[in-house]
Amino acid sequence: MAIKKFVVGCFDEEQVLFSAVKNVRKAGYKIHDVYTPMPIHGLDAAMGLRDTSLHTAGFIYGITGTTVAFSFITWVFTTDWPMNIGGKPFFSLPAWIPIMFELTVLFAAVGMVLTFCYLCQLAPFVKKDHFHPRSTDDLFVMAIECTEKTNEDEVAAFLQNIGAMEVSTQYKETGWWMGRYDRETKLFGKQVEAVS
Amino acid sequence: MTFREQYAIPKRYNTLSFVLMAIGILSIVILFFTHGAHAEEKMRARFWASLLQNSVYFLLIVNASMFFIAATTLAWGGWQMSFRRVTEAISACVPVMGVITFIILMAVVFGGDHTIYHWTDTEHVKHDHILLGKSGFLNKTFFTVWTVITLAGWSYLGWKIRRMSRSIDDKSLTLEEGKKFIWDNTVWTAIYAFLFALTVLSSIPWFWLMSIDAHWYSTMFSWYTFASSFVAGVALITLFVVFLKNNNYLELTNKEHVHDLGKFVFAFSIFWTYLWFSQFMLIWYANIPEETIYFKMRMQPARDGMPASPYRVIFFLNLIINFLAPLLILMKRGSKRSYGVITMMCVLIIFGHWLDFYQMVMPGVSPNKVPFMLADFGIALFFVGLIMFLTVRALAKAPMIPKNHPFIKESIIHHT
Repeated sequence: MAIKKFVVGCFDEEQVLFSAVKNVRKAGYKIHDVYTPMPIHGLDAAMGLRDTSLHTAGFIYGITGTTVAFSFITWVFTTDWPMNIGGKPFFSLPAWIPIMFELTVLFAAVGMVLTFCYLCQLAPFVKKDHFHPRSTDDLFVMAIECTEKTNEDEVAAFLQNIGAMEVSTQYKETGWWMGRYDRETKLFGKQVEAVS
Repeated sequence: MTFREQYAIPKRYNTLSFVLMAIGILSIVILFFTHGAHAEEKMRARFWASLLQNSVYFLLIVNASMFFIAATTLAWGGWQMSFRRVTEAISACVPVMGVITFIILMAVVFGGDHTIYHWTDTEHVKHDHILLGKSGFLNKTFFTVWTVITLAGWSYLGWKIRRMSRSIDDKSLTLEEGKKFIWDNTVWTAIYAFLFALTVLSSIPWFWLMSIDAHWYSTMFSWYTFASSFVAGVALITLFVVFLKNNNYLELTNKEHVHDLGKFVFAFSIFWTYLWFSQFMLIWYANIPEETIYFKMRMQPARDGMPASPYRVIFFLNLIINFLAPLLILMKRGSKRSYGVITMMCVLIIFGHWLDFYQMVMPGVSPNKVPFMLADFGIALFFVGLIMFLTVRALAKAPMIPKNHPFIKESIIHHT
């Protein structure tokens, strides 16, 4: 995927971050993402992110599970291998409801985890690079995507102005790619200094 | 920010509640003359069964409000604090509703008729070895004493907890006082929860409702009744919260709180279905005649020349209203946050669980025909009007927002 240029600002306080997000959006810059060590309530609304469609996916997986369980048991117990269990009719729905419920949960749970991994671009052997190592510890890191028209010095000055304690320009490959470390060193030419 | 602390009862609201109560009293009178004063015992039982169903149902849902307070207090919840006075006001109906229910129960037990509670017929019990085996539990003395203890306990503990909540209205607490206040609340609501476990979660539904089918028993029955009354109780709280929001009260309550109440209604609808189904499936699986009789009376289809059970429609309607409708409609986030949709669903759920209680009580009294009359709705309207009247009266007595409560900030910044 394309390698893009980002201006990265680091913030160390939630209040500053919230007003910064507001100001950046007002100024018309495009926020690529904000990386925080913990979930922050209301940040998604402040960034103007749309609601995730994970719920809808979950609902569809769920009813798929119900349907699969229902049709499979129906086929087995009425057509393929009818069995007399306690004199009950071959088609006895109450006995199947627990299994239908369980397959609903199983399909919804597994499906949603896989969808979540896909949406967040997580998978085994996929390498992800941090904009700043401290974004998993105590810093809120905002990445602003640059287009060919963006003046990066202006963005950097703007970020500094609204309270960023540290600003840098970085190149990253967006999307996901299978990681190989030799490729990684080529990609991230400009190293971010490690925390001492 | 200034709050409208004092609730002023709108005149039209009071008129409406009186009109509803008048319709209710008219219905009771009509039903009394068509059935209650009838020479035949079966007909008299139908009158009392209707009163029993309505009074027990509405008593249990106002009492569910106190359980809501107890559960949230014991969990150290703060989000409900912005509308806590509403739940307190609803629970203030318990003493009055309790007295009405008590009078009806005593009339049924000691009235001399045995159709509803046939275990009250001492002559019959002597020859009935099942009822004889249960007579240590199912007898008039135990029934009366336990009912009195239950109603007095609910009323007293509710009064105590409400009074504690009002005691901090005029003073702001220091940290130490705040800790002590939370601790006292925890202790008293724990006592309430204990009483609740002994009553609503076990013995009271056995006594008041399950003993109508005295030969039959189910250990799931009380939980199932509790789930029914609790989901309807939370729906009632939601209705009052939305009503007050629409009248520009409860400034600190917003969509986030209504969303959480909607989650409660949704989750407990599923919980109700879970218990309903657990009770049903075990009985269906084991297929023992003395257990299946309960469902035979309610859902038997027509077969072998026997007519179908008249309650079949109500039985399945009950599942559609109380399970399918909340599942499909309340699942979406948007519908829990929309005042219109949540109001409609709460009304539907309160009606649905009223129907659930209807099919718990009526088949034992009138197995061959659904004895449905508009007067049944009328009696329900009497209790609706009474709850409306008593709740706002209690609401007007105290400030609308417990602004000195240590957890109030948690409710202000609440975010789902």
